[in-house]
Amino acid sequence: MAKKFVGERVPRVEDQRLITGRSQYVDDIVRPRMVYAAIVRSIYAHARLKEINVEAARRAPGVIAVFTGEDVREAIGPVPVASQLPDLKIPRHPVLAVEKVRYVGEPVAVVVAEDRYQARDAVDLIEVEYEPLEAVVDPERAIAEGAPILHEEFGTNVAFVWQLSGGDIERAFREAEVVVSQRMVNQRVIPVAMEPRGVVAEYHPGEGQLTVWTSTQIPHLLRTQLAAMLGLAENRVRVIAPEVGGGFGSKLNVYAEEALVGYLAMRLGRPVKWIETRRENFLSTIHGRGQIAEVEAAVKRDGTVLGLRYKIIQDVGAYHQLLTPAIPTLTGLMATGPYKIPNLHVQVIGAFTNKMATDAYRGAGRPEATYMLERMMDRIARELGLDPAEVRMRNFPQPDEFPFPTASGLAYDSGNYPQALRRALELVGYEQLRQEQQVLRQQGRYLGIGISTYVEICAIGPSPALPFGGWESATVRVEPTGKVTVLSGASPHGQGQETSFAQIVADELGVGLSDVRVIHGDTAIVQYGIGTFGSRATAVGGTAVYGAVQKVKEKATRLAAHLLGEENVANVAFEAGQFFVKDRPERRLTFQDVALAAYLAKSLPPGMEPGLEASYFFEPSNFTFPFGAHIAVVEVDPETGDVHFRRYVAVDDCGRVINPMLVDGQVHGGIVQALGQALLEEAVYDENGQLLTGELTDYAIPKATDVPWLETDRTETPSPVNPLGVKGVGEAGTIAATPAIVNAVVDALAPLGIRHLDMPLRPEKIWRAIRGA
Amino acid sequence: MIPAAFEYFRPTSVKEALALLDHYKDEAKLLAGGHSLIPLMKLRLAQPRYVIDLGRVRELEYIRESGDQLLIGAMTRHVAIETSDLLRQRCPLLAETASVIGDAQVRNMGTIGGSLVHADPAADYPAAILALEAEMRVVSSQGERWIRAEDFFVDMLTTSLQPGELLVEIKVPVLPPRTGTAYVKVAQKASGFALCGVAVVLTIDQNGVCQHAAVGITGVAPKAYRARAVEHALRGQKLDASVTAAASAKAAEGIDPLEDLHASAEYRAHLARVWCRRALEQARARV
Repeated sequence: MAKKFVGERVPRVEDQRLITGRSQYVDDIVRPRMVYAAIVRSIYAHARLKEINVEAARRAPGVIAVFTGEDVREAIGPVPVASQLPDLKIPRHPVLAVEKVRYVGEPVAVVVAEDRYQARDAVDLIEVEYEPLEAVVDPERAIAEGAPILHEEFGTNVAFVWQLSGGDIERAFREAEVVVSQRMVNQRVIPVAMEPRGVVAEYHPGEGQLTVWTSTQIPHLLRTQLAAMLGLAENRVRVIAPEVGGGFGSKLNVYAEEALVGYLAMRLGRPVKWIETRRENFLSTIHGRGQIAEVEAAVKRDGTVLGLRYKIIQDVGAYHQLLTPAIPTLTGLMATGPYKIPNLHVQVIGAFTNKMATDAYRGAGRPEATYMLERMMDRIARELGLDPAEVRMRNFPQPDEFPFPTASGLAYDSGNYPQALRRALELVGYEQLRQEQQVLRQQGRYLGIGISTYVEICAIGPSPALPFGGWESATVRVEPTGKVTVLSGASPHGQGQETSFAQIVADELGVGLSDVRVIHGDTAIVQYGIGTFGSRATAVGGTAVYGAVQKVKEKATRLAAHLLGEENVANVAFEAGQFFVKDRPERRLTFQDVALAAYLAKSLPPGMEPGLEASYFFEPSNFTFPFGAHIAVVEVDPETGDVHFRRYVAVDDCGRVINPMLVDGQVHGGIVQALGQALLEEAVYDENGQLLTGELTDYAIPKATDVPWLETDRTETPSPVNPLGVKGVGEAGTIAATPAIVNAVVDALAPLGIRHLDMPLRPEKIWRAIRGA
Repeated sequence: MIPAAFEYFRPTSVKEALALLDHYKDEAKLLAGGHSLIPLMKLRLAQPRYVIDLGRVRELEYIRESGDQLLIGAMTRHVAIETSDLLRQRCPLLAETASVIGDAQVRNMGTIGGSLVHADPAADYPAAILALEAEMRVVSSQGERWIRAEDFFVDMLTTSLQPGELLVEIKVPVLPPRTGTAYVKVAQKASGFALCGVAVVLTIDQNGVCQHAAVGITGVAPKAYRARAVEHALRGQKLDASVTAAASAKAAEGIDPLEDLHASAEYRAHLARVWCRRALEQARARV
C-alpha cells in the first residue's frame, strides 16, 4: 500500500495545544478541597537527625498536618531500586529521612496546608536539630581508606564492583605496539527538564482507589511500585501522566514524593498537591553521568585497536534510585563502540557519596562510553601521527559483517559505519578544512575539527535485559464511526509519538491523520505498558501499534469479505481505505462501513466477536543499534579561551524514518544538551556537600544563541529487529556530539601540545591550558 | 520559589511613592521591573513586609533631550533605551549597553533605575554610566539632589542613596563630535550577567590624538569602576593599536577582582585587559 504519511515531515499534532498553552500539566490539575504539601529538606550533606520540633508548624495558620520520617516509616515502603548486580549494596532509602541524612535536599519532613504559601511558611517553622558529620563528595575519596561511611551497615562506600570481559585483554596488551592511556572525568550534570516534578494525589474511599497524577515517563511501572510502597492492591491505584514537560530520563524513576503525596491523600482524606520548585529540582531530582575513568588502549602502529581496558568509578550519590547501578553497565556494554575491538575489560566501582543519586540522563551510560572511546580514538591518532578519520575507518566492521558480535557480548543488528563517516566528511569538506587549518595555524589561529563516530544501543530492550519487561503494548480500537483510538503503553513526553503513531495507523487503515487519536499515560485507560526511555517508544512501542493494527486489518478484511459475499478472504483487497473483491472492484465498502458493521453486529461471520479492536504486546528479539558520524568545527580564541563554532555536521542512521521532522528535532535537542555538557554544565558541590550550582543563575544550560547552525543528514539502514525497520534516535545527539565538540577543541589546541582537557571546556579552563602549554 | 507574605502598594505618582516610603521606611522595598527583587523574594532571601510597586508611576518613564543633556526617567525599561532613536543618535553607548542586558523578557520588564539602585557588581549599566559621567537625580520628601556616577556606587549591592530617597532620573551628555563609544561584554553563561563588561567613550581629534577617554568596567570588581590608569595612558596620545594595547594592560590596576564559581580573580583581571583593548579598538573605529 502506498504510504501517505510514513516518511513524511508531518507537523506534530501535539504542537497546537502546547504552543497555545492549552495542555494540562500536573500543576494545572485542581481537585475539590485540594491541599498543598511542602517538604523540609536537609541542609546538611551528612548528619545525624536528633530532634525535629514540629509544634510551631502544626499551630501555624492553615496547617493541616506535619509528618516526619518516624511518623511514616512503617506506613510507606522504601524508595525502590530495580537494578540487580552481583553483591549490590542496597541501603534502605526511606521517603523521609530516619536517623541520618545523607545529602543536601534529602526530605526530612512534610507539611500539608490549605494553600501553597501557608505550607511554605510552615516549613520555616520546623526546627530540625542536626549533628553534622563529615561529608564525602569526591567518589575517589569515598572509596579510599578512612573516608566517612554513608551507610554504616556496609562498612564501606563501595556500592558495587561490576566487571565485563571479552576476548583476552592481557594478550592484547602483550601484543600491543603502542599503549595509549588517558584519565577522563565525565562530570555530573543536572537534567533540568523544563517542567519540574509534581504530584497530585486523590483518594476515593468509596472505591478504595488512589489516583496519582505525576510527571513521569513510566506510569505503569510507577503504579506497580506505588502500590507496593503504600500496601495497596495494584488495581486500586491509578497513575496518570498528564502532559509531561520533558524528562530526559530524570522522570524514569520512582521518587519519594510520589509515594509520600499518595500517602498524605489517603491519610488526610483530601487531595494533595506537591510541585517541585526549581531549587528542589536541582537538589533532589536525579543527576546524570558522574564517572571518573582510566582508559588504556592496546594498539598497533597502523592504528588497529587490539583491546581496551577501562577502570571506572561511578559516582552513585547517597542512595540508589530506580536504575542507578544499571547505568554504568550500559557504559560497559557499549565500550567498544562502532569498532572491531576483540578484547575488552571493564571494571566499574560504584561509590556512595553525600550527593543526590545519579541515574538515567539522556543516553544513560552510553554517552560516557562514546565520549571515552572517541577521545581515545583521537588520542591514538595523535600518538601515531595518523588522521583521526583514518584511524576510525581502519577499525570499523564492514557492512557484510552484521549482525556484528562485540567483545561485550552484544550483536549489532545492522550498520554501514564507513558510509556514515564518509558522508559526514564530504558534507563538512574535510580535506579542505584540514588544509585551511594548516594555513590558519601559521597565522596563530586555532581551528579544530572534531570527529565522533558512534553506535548506540536503543529500542531497550529484550525483556531478559531489563529488571522489568522490555516489551511494549498497544491497543488499536476502531470506534463505530471508523475513528481510531490508539492506546499506547509507551509514555511519550515531548517526543511526538502522538504524531508518528498516528502516521503508522493512518497509512495502514487508509484513514486521515486526524481520524486517529493516540492516548497514553493513564493506567486506568491504557493496558499495562513499560514507558518511554532508552530510545524505545517508536522501535518497540511503534511496532506494538503496527502489530495491533495488523490484527485489526485482518479482522476487518474477514468481515468485509463476509459483507461482500466473498468466501475466500484472500480475494478481498483493502486499498486507500476501501475493501473490494479483486475481480469485482465496482462494489466497495469503506473502512467506516466495516467498522460500523462490526459494532451493529447484524451480520457477522460465524464465530466472529462483535467490535473492532486488537491489542499487541511486542517483545523485541534484540536491541537496535543506530549509528552515525558527527563533526564539529570550532575556532578557539587563544587570548580568552572562548570557543566559537564554525560548523556542525551530523549524519545519523536511525533505521527507517517515520517522520524526518521529528528525527531532526530529536537530533537537534540531543546535540544541544551535549553541547551543554561539553562546554558549560557541571553540578558543583563544595567539600561540605552543598550544591553550589543550585539555580539556573549558576548552572548554565545552553541557550538558543549558544547553538550553531546544525547541518543534519541521514543514512538509512533498516533494522531487522522489527517490521518497521526503525531503530530509535532520542539519545543520538547526546551520545555523538559531546566527544565531537571536545575533540574539536583539543584538536584546535594540538599545536600547543595539549592532549586532553576534561569537560566542561569553559573559557577559563582553556585559557589556563593555553597559558600552561 | 514561594515568597513570604507581604503587603503590596501601587502608587501612581512620585509623591505618593515617597509618602509610602516615609511611612514604612526600611520595612518597605521599592519594586521597579522586578528582575532583582522578585527572584530574591521567591528564594526568601528578601522578605520585605511592604512592597511599593513603581510600575504605575508613569511620570518616571521618558527619554528626552534637554540642551546638551539627555534625561531618562528611572522607570524607563531596558527595551525602550535599547530601541530609542534619540539615544542611538545622541548617546549610542547607553542603547548598546541596554541591548545586551539579559534576554528579551528581562529587557521588556527591567528598568534602568531598578538596575542602578540594585548595584549588582555584574550589572551592565554601571560601566556605561561611569564612562558617560552620568548624574543621578534622587528625591525624597526633604527635596532632591544630584549624585555623580562616581559617587553613586559605594560597594557591592550598595549605593549612596539614603533611606527615604528615590532615584527618579538619569542624566547623560549628548556626545560631542568625533566621539566613538563601545560596550563589550563577556556574559556569565548561566545568568547573563557580566563576568566582564567594558564601556568606552573616546574623543579623538583630526590628528588622531585622544582628547577624552573614559572607561567604565563592570563585573570584575565588587563595584563597577573607572579605569583611570587606562584613561591617563590614552589622553593626549596619538592613538594606534600599540597605544591602546599598552593602555589596556592597566585595565585592572588598583582593583581587587571578584572570584567565584564562574571565574577566578586572575581570569577576570585578564578579561578586563583583553576586552578593554577590544572595546577601545571598537570605539576608535566608530569615531
